[in-house]
Amino acid sequence: MTYVLDGATGPWEVVIGLEVHAQVTSESKLFSGAATAFGAEPNSQVSFVDAGFPGMLPVINAECVAQAVRTGAGLKAEINLWSRFDRKNYFYADLPQGYQISQFEFPIVGKGVLEIELADGTRKDIGITRLHLEQDAGKSLHDQHATKSYIDLNRSGVALMEIVSEPDMRSPEEAGAYLTKLRQILRYLGTCDGNMEQGSLRADVNVSVRKSGEEFRTRCEVKNVNSIRYVMQAVEAEAKRQIEVWEAGEKVTQETRLFDTTRGMTRSMRSKEDAHDYRYFPDPDLPPLVLDEGWVEELRAALPELPDARRARYVQDFGLSPYDAHVLVLEKETAAFYEEVAQGRDPKQAANWVMGDFFAALNRTGKAITESPVSAKNLGALLDLIADSTLSGKLAKEVFEAMVETGETPGAIVEARGLRQVTDTGAIEAAVDAMLAANADKVAQYHAGKATLFGFFVGQTMKSMQGRGNPALVNDVLKRKLGA
Amino acid sequence: MSLDAATIRRVANLARLRVEDDEVPRLQAELNGILGWIEQLQAVDTTGVEAMSGGGDAILPLRPDVVTDGGQAEAVLANAPDRAGVFFAVPKVVE
Repeated sequence: MTYVLDGATGPWEVVIGLEVHAQVTSESKLFSGAATAFGAEPNSQVSFVDAGFPGMLPVINAECVAQAVRTGAGLKAEINLWSRFDRKNYFYADLPQGYQISQFEFPIVGKGVLEIELADGTRKDIGITRLHLEQDAGKSLHDQHATKSYIDLNRSGVALMEIVSEPDMRSPEEAGAYLTKLRQILRYLGTCDGNMEQGSLRADVNVSVRKSGEEFRTRCEVKNVNSIRYVMQAVEAEAKRQIEVWEAGEKVTQETRLFDTTRGMTRSMRSKEDAHDYRYFPDPDLPPLVLDEGWVEELRAALPELPDARRARYVQDFGLSPYDAHVLVLEKETAAFYEEVAQGRDPKQAANWVMGDFFAALNRTGKAITESPVSAKNLGALLDLIADSTLSGKLAKEVFEAMVETGETPGAIVEARGLRQVTDTGAIEAAVDAMLAANADKVAQYHAGKATLFGFFVGQTMKSMQGRGNPALVNDVLKRKLGA
Repeated sequence: MSLDAATIRRVANLARLRVEDDEVPRLQAELNGILGWIEQLQAVDTTGVEAMSGGGDAILPLRPDVVTDGGQAEAVLANAPDRAGVFFAVPKVVE
């Protein structure tokens, strides 16, 4: 199904390309030894290089280069063993150098591909044009003073990967799926934490519209969209605006726009109109970046398993349904948790517990998996107690709830609360006998043909045993005693 | 190639340089002189010679990913024309 927007003149197709800025996970900045940690005291993580002081020389961070190579490899992209840094010149208060060190003509990573999957199961390859390394700018605060903007340079010089897609997306859903998948891959690789709220991942969205079968029309760039939902909204809002422009007999002009999240509209960003002539030139402080092929191969060989491969393994080796496998690999923390629970146990049962009671408990307590009161080790131990018949399924749920509350091990909870399942046939028989004696009238009704009372007997027996009787054994004993 | 007066003004504007009208002819002559030299260089046959942006065969040295700098907000802010606490303060720039 092709996504189209209906205008007065008929259906319009939407063409989307994304430029994603992903903050590289590293201790220190791209060209200086200042720290990158989020949330530090303003201007406390700034070297003289980052502040654009005269006479300072940038020296590149090997780990940032490695992270770009890993990301390129994860996107099945060409790694360019020879690349170069250029200066992108523009003036802005949070850019103290007066230029951004970036890679214009010779990026470190070339063409790659990313496969997205849509809600209806359709898969589609989205081309990656390139990935390059560049410096982030500082942060401006405009709302602190009536006539002044405040500048914090902590982010100035932090390494970014700019990942540019081909204009291959045709719907808001595809744009959302692309960003979701890219974020997932970056997080699996450990090359970007993917935290969109903190600005570690930001997208510039290029949108144009056309009639079916046409060449591309003029596009507009919606800058700095900081959530997947907003990307999808911005695509739709901008496409609708362009359709109105074309249908009014006017022309769309190529420009940079901002997405106003409260009004759900894009608006022109006039101030940067004049800044588009960036006068790129090779940075004279930085000789070419030349990578050793052996090093690149080492990085490639050490890549972690990526979500697609992991999902396929869950289906093939663990016998999970494609849907369950999909859910479990969405976040790498979830996948790691699941694998620890499943290790040496029944993988399907582990999946049911993780996706069932465990996810429900996280939702209920509003906790992330990394701060869960129930560790993977403890959940695994609970499954062991089910496997060795210490706990029935019902008791296990009770123990699990106690684990959520207290964070204790299932073993400790079973001991402390006496929740051990009773599998001793003698004890069960005694309980059944007592129960039958106390309900002689019901037993008579049962023998007179009211077979549905069997469930009542099971319930009463379990109740008298505080729910600890092994359900299968209770059933067996009852059947025998009632001569069923 | 030669630069006209409008281009001189545009380049100056992009570089945030204030150029008075009476300075334009002089700058125009000087820059065109430099471009003239570059044009002479174009006459050299560079077939088969790789483009280079720096001297010799230098390649970029890499440094380990270790925090070695920062924690000096006062030194960084020392030359700022205006500040507010630990922030630089600049005339308001609003999108």
